[in-house]
Amino acid sequence: MTLFTEFGRYLLLIKGMFSKPENWKMYWKELMLQCNEIGIGSLGIVVIISFFMGAVSALQTAYQLVSPVIPMSTVAQIVRDTVILEFAPTLVCIVLAGVVGSKIASELGNMRVSEQIDALEIMGINTKAYLVLPKILAALITIPLLVVISAGLGIYGGQLASTMSGILSPNQYEVGLLQNFQQYNVFFALVKAYTFAFIISSIPAYYGYYVQGGALEIGRSSTKAVVVSCVAILFADYVLAAILLQ
Amino acid sequence: MIEVKNVRKGFGDKTVLNGVSVNMEAGKCNLIIGASGSGKTVFMKCMVGLLVPDEGEICYNGKNFTGLNDEEKKEIRQQIGMLFQGSALFDSLTVEQNIMFPLNMFTNDSLSKKLKRVNEVLERVRLKDVNKKFPAELSGGMKKRVGIARAIVLNPNYLFVDEPNSGLDPQTSLVIDKLVKEITTEYNITTVVNTHDMNSVMEIGDHIIFMYQGKKEWEGSNKEIIFNKNERLNEFIFASEFLKDAKDMRMLEQTGKIDQNRDMDKLIK
Repeated sequence: MTLFTEFGRYLLLIKGMFSKPENWKMYWKELMLQCNEIGIGSLGIVVIISFFMGAVSALQTAYQLVSPVIPMSTVAQIVRDTVILEFAPTLVCIVLAGVVGSKIASELGNMRVSEQIDALEIMGINTKAYLVLPKILAALITIPLLVVISAGLGIYGGQLASTMSGILSPNQYEVGLLQNFQQYNVFFALVKAYTFAFIISSIPAYYGYYVQGGALEIGRSSTKAVVVSCVAILFADYVLAAILLQ
Repeated sequence: MIEVKNVRKGFGDKTVLNGVSVNMEAGKCNLIIGASGSGKTVFMKCMVGLLVPDEGEICYNGKNFTGLNDEEKKEIRQQIGMLFQGSALFDSLTVEQNIMFPLNMFTNDSLSKKLKRVNEVLERVRLKDVNKKFPAELSGGMKKRVGIARAIVLNPNYLFVDEPNSGLDPQTSLVIDKLVKEITTEYNITTVVNTHDMNSVMEIGDHIIFMYQGKKEWEGSNKEIIFNKNERLNEFIFASEFLKDAKDMRMLEQTGKIDQNRDMDKLIK
């Protein structure tokens, strides 16, 4: 299948999601279930990654800042900006592409192979709307929240690492955090988070929804979904930086 | 009643259904039989709308299903119940939740009313104490029965059954066949069964359609099938030497060339 055919089918899947729900209550229930699966289910890994990401970032920045002209509080400023601009949205979303993406692709793939999607279709349910849309909406709700939590924890991790290793005092770190703070960076991080959330949920949903074959194909589609999502995230990261950071 | 008019379906260069026309009668078990690759599954998928035919019409009570838009198709689909080959139960839901799913989606009944209906259909398929079990905890035959219960919970007008006996032992197969037959008669629904199990054919085949290379090759009842003169159908039914001998014996009995009341014990000795 050519790239254009695949992209066309992907767009048709997205278009097919928008129809009147058969039962709002059931769709709401599914949305809440997916919010729990995607948001709460990924919280643990996000907390661990974010904390260490900030800590390592602080230590490595301090290691590279050898000039006596630059004050050490700059470490906090650099940690803050790298975490907000890149680490929290991009790194966390790449990890989530693996965690959430493979889950979505394998769940839908298994439902397809075991004819559960056909069973729903025959009942008269729009499976694209009932199975795919709640996953995308849940990702759009929870992933930006996870990115915000990640940014906060990353900055805190940086503070803890730099104070524990004696590089900076807590006061110096706080001074550094407030230096040249630009709110636009937070806006940029959130734009990235929403874009990546859509990529993380819709691309694996596409690969899972259209899987054909058996267990082996589910595994393959799951891997492909994660790889394509990661590449799409990196590409979108570049495009967004080029457009929004002029 | 389902009327199928000149349905054609192909995938790429390969034609799978080549102008099939047939009427599926209400209150009867309509069986589609044929060898693997004869187009049975594609035919059934076209009938339920999982595949769109390239040509032809599929009419449910006179309404051309293939010509309807998605919203209009939904109305007819809500009158269809289907039992899949692998049962297609939702793994993460219990038996009770599986059967209640169509009720939750399409009715505004109270929980107690829905539970009452679930228990009614479970009783109808003769299953007890399985409400809280997950599909993984059930045997193949039990899964099929839960699948039937889910298919009939909304009182459908049409029941589609794909390979009901695959992976089941002969006794359990018989139970499922009888259940399908009873439900068809009791609710006066149009049942379409896709099978290549000859026990099912003889047990419940009110109306049998034999498919061969994407075409309807023969049509008749279970009473007519034994003495049919169609070579391809006979090759399919009497595939083994044992069955061929059994048929010859039955023919000789019918023509009076062998005594029907012969003492089999003496013959064996």
